[in-house]
Amino acid sequence: MNIEVWVFLTFSLVAVASAVRVITVNHSVHAALFLVLTFFSCAGIWLLAEAEFLGLTLVLVYVGAVMVLFLFVVMMLDVDTAPMQEGFTRYLPLGLVIGLVMVAEMVLVVASPKFSSEKLSNAVAHGADYSNTEELGKAIYTDYLYQFEIAAVILLVAIIAAIALTLRKRPETKYQKPSEQVKVKKSDRLRIVKMKSEQH
Amino acid sequence: MSDYMTALPEIFLLSMACVVLTVDLFLKDSQRNITYLLSQVSLGLTLLLTLAYQPHGTQLAFNGTFISDLMSVVLKCFVYVVTMGVLLYSRRYLQDRGMFKGEYYVLGLFGVLGMMIMISAYSMLSLYLGLELMSLSMYAMVAFCRNSKRASEAAMKYFVLGALASGILLYGMSIIYGMTGSLNIIEISRSLAEQGSSVGVLLGLAFIVVGLAFKLGAVPFHMWIPDVYHGAPTAVTLYIASAPKIAAFAMTMRLLVEGLGSLQADWQTMLMVLAVLSLGLGNIVAIAQSSIKRMLAYSTISHVGFLLLGILAGTGEGYAASMFYALTYALMALGGFGMILFLSRKGFEAEELDDFKGLNERSPWFAFMMLIILFSMAGIPPTVGFYAKLSVLTAVVNVDLIWLATVAVIFSVIGAFYYLRAVKMMYFDAAEDQSELQPCLSFRFALSANGLTVLALGLFPAGLMALCAAALNG
Repeated sequence: MNIEVWVFLTFSLVAVASAVRVITVNHSVHAALFLVLTFFSCAGIWLLAEAEFLGLTLVLVYVGAVMVLFLFVVMMLDVDTAPMQEGFTRYLPLGLVIGLVMVAEMVLVVASPKFSSEKLSNAVAHGADYSNTEELGKAIYTDYLYQFEIAAVILLVAIIAAIALTLRKRPETKYQKPSEQVKVKKSDRLRIVKMKSEQH
Repeated sequence: MSDYMTALPEIFLLSMACVVLTVDLFLKDSQRNITYLLSQVSLGLTLLLTLAYQPHGTQLAFNGTFISDLMSVVLKCFVYVVTMGVLLYSRRYLQDRGMFKGEYYVLGLFGVLGMMIMISAYSMLSLYLGLELMSLSMYAMVAFCRNSKRASEAAMKYFVLGALASGILLYGMSIIYGMTGSLNIIEISRSLAEQGSSVGVLLGLAFIVVGLAFKLGAVPFHMWIPDVYHGAPTAVTLYIASAPKIAAFAMTMRLLVEGLGSLQADWQTMLMVLAVLSLGLGNIVAIAQSSIKRMLAYSTISHVGFLLLGILAGTGEGYAASMFYALTYALMALGGFGMILFLSRKGFEAEELDDFKGLNERSPWFAFMMLIILFSMAGIPPTVGFYAKLSVLTAVVNVDLIWLATVAVIFSVIGAFYYLRAVKMMYFDAAEDQSELQPCLSFRFALSANGLTVLALGLFPAGLMALCAAALNG
């Protein structure tokens, strides 16, 4: 067996093992950290599949941003895990059924003629000069230009909606206005009162 | 024509929405009318562009993911006109309630862009993205009135259920992609015609039908409709109840008929169940409502049942009837919810049925307009609703589904009760509220035009019907 198979097996074993630990471990911070490990192993597998851009994005976006946020939330919320574990045996049959259905569906799709082994064996390894990021960029800006632009518009709408729903003016809040503070003159603030000195 | 020229209306509306967004930032609250006018002008110009640059026959663009044909042109033009009506009707309502903000118009325009993308989508990817663009704009619009607890609750329900529906639809699409190896509608239909039906394809189809039923609001996936229609500010209810139905019709046509057409025997049965349940539940539960917004929401569900009847007939005649139904229903919904806005004023929402009592004494003309709209929804001649129902039923009878037509007629008769009850309230009950009707001249004019169109299309339906038939069979 060549080295690639070993690398693949290592990464996938770690990914599966840590995914199992995500749902079996008691401590929620540990579960989040195991999820990070799962993502990281998947990123390794993607690199092996010559999807460098996706692999790096997975590490940057999911591990770097999403999971850090997730950890923040988990640490800040004082979640009592005991009541959540009570329903384990009760929900186990339902969970198993859903899991089996999903496995069956995946088998149906993967077993379809479009994914047959003679079609998949055609894949050849690219040379060192091949850039996955460049190819993705070409596809996105030519074949998928229309969809790419719509996705950008969706993000714009999300920004507008988020701002429209959260930005509120509070009249009771006192803001500093530096321009007016600088322009203040002595006469605006200071009142000189002349009084006769009192005689004793 | 180059790809960009084919998609010119979309590109133009996107640019105009960005212009409105930017211009609005520099306006004071007293100048919001400029935002309003700019939005109306954008829609009007987009309408002209769509008509001026419509292709001869069918034109594909962007590697076959975008289609411009007669159906897309007709549906888009109706979407613009209906949305212009929505903006016109809702202006005073928004002003009275301190909601006259640029966001309503910007999100409204982006929602229209989403509908246009859905109508012209010829690949599952662009269809889904258009749907998300439209839905995101609508979620935000429902939540627009932040101080209202009811609106926030409605927005939350709408968002969660809408996201679930999108997920289900996407799952179905991914299975179909796995089975056929393409996202393009034309490739999918070619591949399915070759390989025929299999368990995997059926599974994908089932998920897609469930997702579509959620978006259309067919029973048993209708739970969000009454709450959202009732909870949202009426100006937003008007928006989400009218034009999006046209886009949902287009989505159903592209996915089920053009993409999965070879599985017609399979989805016909699924749609039959949805249609019968929608007709039954919509019409019966509407009787028990005291709020007119909820009543019209249940009436929407029953109309969706009729819409599905035309599609499930599976013939060109049925599709044309269904398209006619979707277009005219958008006009009726515009008029019906517009009437609620018409009777509302500052500090008063005319959302109870009792608020329509004695409308004839207060304004005989607008009571007559409401009468036309309610008659049309009930399907009483000579309004357009009658003709729409008749053509759908003819299509169903022509494919020998006579029992289905009978069921639809029986439920329509049951449904006529609550429309006629509202008519009775307007004409024979004493008015509880004698205050002057305030709307401005343009609102009065537009609502009258709306009502008269519903009547005129009922008297002369042949032109629009011929257009729908040409759009689907050409």
